[in-house]
Amino acid sequence: MQVKPIYIFVLLSVLFLTYSSVLYLSDEKEIIIQRATKKDFSAEGKLIFQKYNCQACHQIYSLGGYLGPDLTNVYSKYNNEDVIKAFMKGGFKQMPSFKLTSYEESALIQFFKKMDKTGTADIRNFEFQADGMIKPKQEKR
Amino acid sequence: MTNPGKKFAILALFMLSIAIIAGLLASISYLSPEFLKEKIGFSVLRPVHVSAVYFWISLSATAGVYSALWNNNMSSFTSKMSYFHFVLIAISALGILISYFFKNFGGREYWEYNPYWAIPVLISWVLFLINYLHSALKIKNWPVYYWMWFTGILFFIFIFIENYLWLIPSIRESFIKDLTIQWKVNGSIVGAYNQLIYATAFYLMDKITDNKAHQVGHKKIVFAMYFLGLANLMFNWSHHIYTLPSDMYVKYIGYLVSMTEWVLFLRTIFLWKKTIDEFKINAHYFPYRFLIASEFWVFINLFQALLMSIPAINAYTHGTHVTVAHAMGTTIGINTMILLAALYMFFDGKNDQDSHSHRRYLKNNFWFLQISLLFFFLSLDISGVLKGLWQMDKHALPFSDMMANLHPWFILMFISGCGLFISLGIYCYYLLSVLLKRITNYSI
Repeated sequence: MQVKPIYIFVLLSVLFLTYSSVLYLSDEKEIIIQRATKKDFSAEGKLIFQKYNCQACHQIYSLGGYLGPDLTNVYSKYNNEDVIKAFMKGGFKQMPSFKLTSYEESALIQFFKKMDKTGTADIRNFEFQADGMIKPKQEKR
Repeated sequence: MTNPGKKFAILALFMLSIAIIAGLLASISYLSPEFLKEKIGFSVLRPVHVSAVYFWISLSATAGVYSALWNNNMSSFTSKMSYFHFVLIAISALGILISYFFKNFGGREYWEYNPYWAIPVLISWVLFLINYLHSALKIKNWPVYYWMWFTGILFFIFIFIENYLWLIPSIRESFIKDLTIQWKVNGSIVGAYNQLIYATAFYLMDKITDNKAHQVGHKKIVFAMYFLGLANLMFNWSHHIYTLPSDMYVKYIGYLVSMTEWVLFLRTIFLWKKTIDEFKINAHYFPYRFLIASEFWVFINLFQALLMSIPAINAYTHGTHVTVAHAMGTTIGINTMILLAALYMFFDGKNDQDSHSHRRYLKNNFWFLQISLLFFFLSLDISGVLKGLWQMDKHALPFSDMMANLHPWFILMFISGCGLFISLGIYCYYLLSVLLKRITNYSI
């Protein structure tokens, strides 16, 4: 029996659309944090991260550019907002000074603070499973 | 009526020229941190390079689709409407690149431009779909490459819209969901491009050989490979996000579907000689060699991609230059080789006397390109592996120390990058001069 290509195409497309819809509508756990601190302006900080194209050099969860360090956990790494602001103001090596407004600085700090709470990007904090999958050793929160 | 693909090919080659210039300048930042730091800097050069590469691939793939349709009695509607398609995408491409120099960003990785540029890009692709279907639907019992072109255009449109879900506040404010969707898009869009490009490769293979027994358009096994590729386009993208705190089932789906690509890998090995023999029949010098080169790079890159899709190995390579090596290896080694083959096939008449007088240096340039790419690929892979090992160490080096230790490999990356700049630049110059001189003489 010969199956027409259109049938397989439609079947795969339906599966794809279903899977995509589940992802769009899923209520992920980090929304709880979002709701808990709804009045902060971390979402604006994320837009500022995009506005200055920080992802050209930096990564979040190892996704992004390769010229600067990963910033997922930069907030807890320095545990000092002034140090992070100093990097933003003065620049470092390839990083130019961005001349951010104090609002933009604060919003970016809030973004890093919120991102830091979502988990760890340090690969040493992951464990290897027998099936080849990796998993964080413990929830950070 | 002239081939509508020609104008897309010319713009594509201009984009490739911009891509290699921006790529070379950006790589200098690795060796000289102060280079153009305050005026342009890496944050401008990288998106210029990446966007120009995206436009090179999509425009030359578009040129291939229009040229193939043109060779198969394209409708006059498609031909006329292709002008609107071209004007929209040309304005978008130039506008996006210029906006980067004014530091007008706002998008996310790989699509860093201000989102309003997405509107003309989207309309141009919808026009492309309409144009394509208007001519393609006249053909009954589509060969596999017609299915693949259709898939590439349709899924590009879907994925491109999906890429802007972050404009909805509820998605944007949910950081992990947004990152998941972003990398769903970045993973799947490559699959959409691959459908367009590999379809052109299949089309060329059918056109290169006169022997019907060797033609692939209606072979069941090729259709099976197409559906395997489509399934990977849809579901394998989550191998990008193993470290992201998203749901585990999403990661397992990506892991399992990625592993089906071993079938493609084994097929590449077992059919290697047969493929080469098929290419040899009625060989056209450059299309044949570029297609053979793409087969070699498929072998290397698919093997690496399969290893990187295993989470335990991905833990070492994720976020390192191994990923860059993979991106460069596939973009230059596979996509660009196939697209150069297509441009040669469609636009460089094999009886063209002008082109024959240049063949010797172009032949040497072919090997210069392959060797440069090999060293470029190795320099990135080695620096990625070293960084992967260092960051896994209990006493991981600070980031700046890792970068300092990788300096010798960055020098090799820069030197081989210069080789890529020269060799790709020579093909750009040659093909552009052919396209701009010759208006109506097309081969196949």
